[in-house]
Amino acid sequence: MNATIAAMTYRAMLGRRRALLLLALPLLLLVLAVVLRATGGDDLDTSVQVLEKLAVGTILPLLALIAGTGVIGPEIDDGQIMYVLTKPIPRRTVLLTKLAVALSLVLAFAVVPGLLAGLILTGTTANVAPAFGAALLVGACAYTPVFTALAVFSRNAVTIGLLYALIWESLLGNFAPGAGAASVQQWALAVADALTSASQVDATVKLAAAVPLLLAAALGGAALGITRLRSLTITGAE
Amino acid sequence: MSTSTIHDIGYRRYDGPRLGRGYLVRSLYVHNVRAVWGLGRPARAKVMPFLLAAVMVAPAFMDVGAVLLTDRAEVLMRYSAYAIYLQVVVSIFVASQAPVLASRELRFHVVPLYFSRPIAPLPFVLAKFAAMVTALLTMTAVPVVVLYVGGLIAKVPHPLTHLREFLLALVGCALFALVIGALGMAVAVLTPRRGFGVAAVIAVFLLSSAVVLLVQNIAEFRTNFSLAGNAGYFAPFNLVDIVQVRLLGAERTAEAVPDGFISGVLALLLCAALVGGAVAVLYRRFRKAGLS
Repeated sequence: MNATIAAMTYRAMLGRRRALLLLALPLLLLVLAVVLRATGGDDLDTSVQVLEKLAVGTILPLLALIAGTGVIGPEIDDGQIMYVLTKPIPRRTVLLTKLAVALSLVLAFAVVPGLLAGLILTGTTANVAPAFGAALLVGACAYTPVFTALAVFSRNAVTIGLLYALIWESLLGNFAPGAGAASVQQWALAVADALTSASQVDATVKLAAAVPLLLAAALGGAALGITRLRSLTITGAE
Repeated sequence: MSTSTIHDIGYRRYDGPRLGRGYLVRSLYVHNVRAVWGLGRPARAKVMPFLLAAVMVAPAFMDVGAVLLTDRAEVLMRYSAYAIYLQVVVSIFVASQAPVLASRELRFHVVPLYFSRPIAPLPFVLAKFAAMVTALLTMTAVPVVVLYVGGLIAKVPHPLTHLREFLLALVGCALFALVIGALGMAVAVLTPRRGFGVAAVIAVFLLSSAVVLLVQNIAEFRTNFSLAGNAGYFAPFNLVDIVQVRLLGAERTAEAVPDGFISGVLALLLCAALVGGAVAVLYRRFRKAGLS
């Protein structure tokens, strides 16, 4: 960990109007939760739908994508990363610091609001809120390193991440059960499924398979990112 | 005693034909259309747009194949529904390519170079917008054409109905291209940092659609059909669907649409306002960038 790199990364992520973009997504979830609660639409079916489709299915991957790629992608693109890489700091430290910043942002803007929305919608019924909080947490820990590694590997990281999160996980996951097995979203839902007694939560992957896969995604993403950053060369812009 | 003179050092004047402003705008338009597809750029700029275009037409080909194999005309997808079924692909396309047009010049501070030529900000911006709309029209209309031609080959019954639906769906595709392109470009020009533009555009499309679908599901569940219909005004794909259903006589594709001819007119007005607003946002941003 390096405090200077962390501070610079926070400034790049939250400076000017960028914090608003990060804030808008969870705010929408919370507003929806409050409105549903106020109008009495917060039965368990709807609540699980909101938490599953909106919190775990949309906001978590989007924020992990924005934060995970945003901490390192733009710097690699415009070559500014050279000023960091030429300092006598191990590249491992550079990547892990940026990863930690990204993870903290995802925690603040996706996991905590998701947990709050769960509490607003369901209270303590059947442990749904803590279960989804745990699912969001493990999901964040798996998505963020994968997307950060992707940003070190490719300039099209955001688009590739979108293709994976939206087309592979959401569209194919619904039609082809095989695609669901290779999906962070389903692994995270498996954790939620194991923690709650509500029958509405259902994952296509068993917990015993999901936990090692989540670990592999988190550690593998970080390791791949470090390996690639070690031998990174900067080519011309675009 | 002033003896200063301007020396004629023999440069020749240009007195050939001048190509004029129309030529400038046309060149910018062509350049921007090429930029969307990554033509004239390295291969890695071409990968994404063409991959997404392939993903966009693949279901149409598969569907036509299914019609030909099974000989069942009802398997053919509705032309007007295609862009809505594949709205995720259209959204990713506009999210990944709108920043190419809307923010690359801003990021590298080269806009003043364009305005040192005889082109005003408005035609400049309109050329960019038209290029985005053209690319999106290609994305949405080509699969519909594939479906229609496939239907002709499979000799589906009621050819005249199909022709009418096909032509109206093409109008719908044009409207999709205008609305989606406008929203995408406006959001992209406001977030010039690389990566953020893509994320901001996709967030606008995805979340508006997801929230509207959720509200419509809940409203229908509680038999509040007017709320379910009116929610459609708040997501771009639903907005165009309202126009398609109420003004172009298409079948409903979204979860719910509001009743009556007047709601179609309202949706069309909202589309026009969206396009006008987006052009205004682009104009203001590029004019400001051109002054610095």
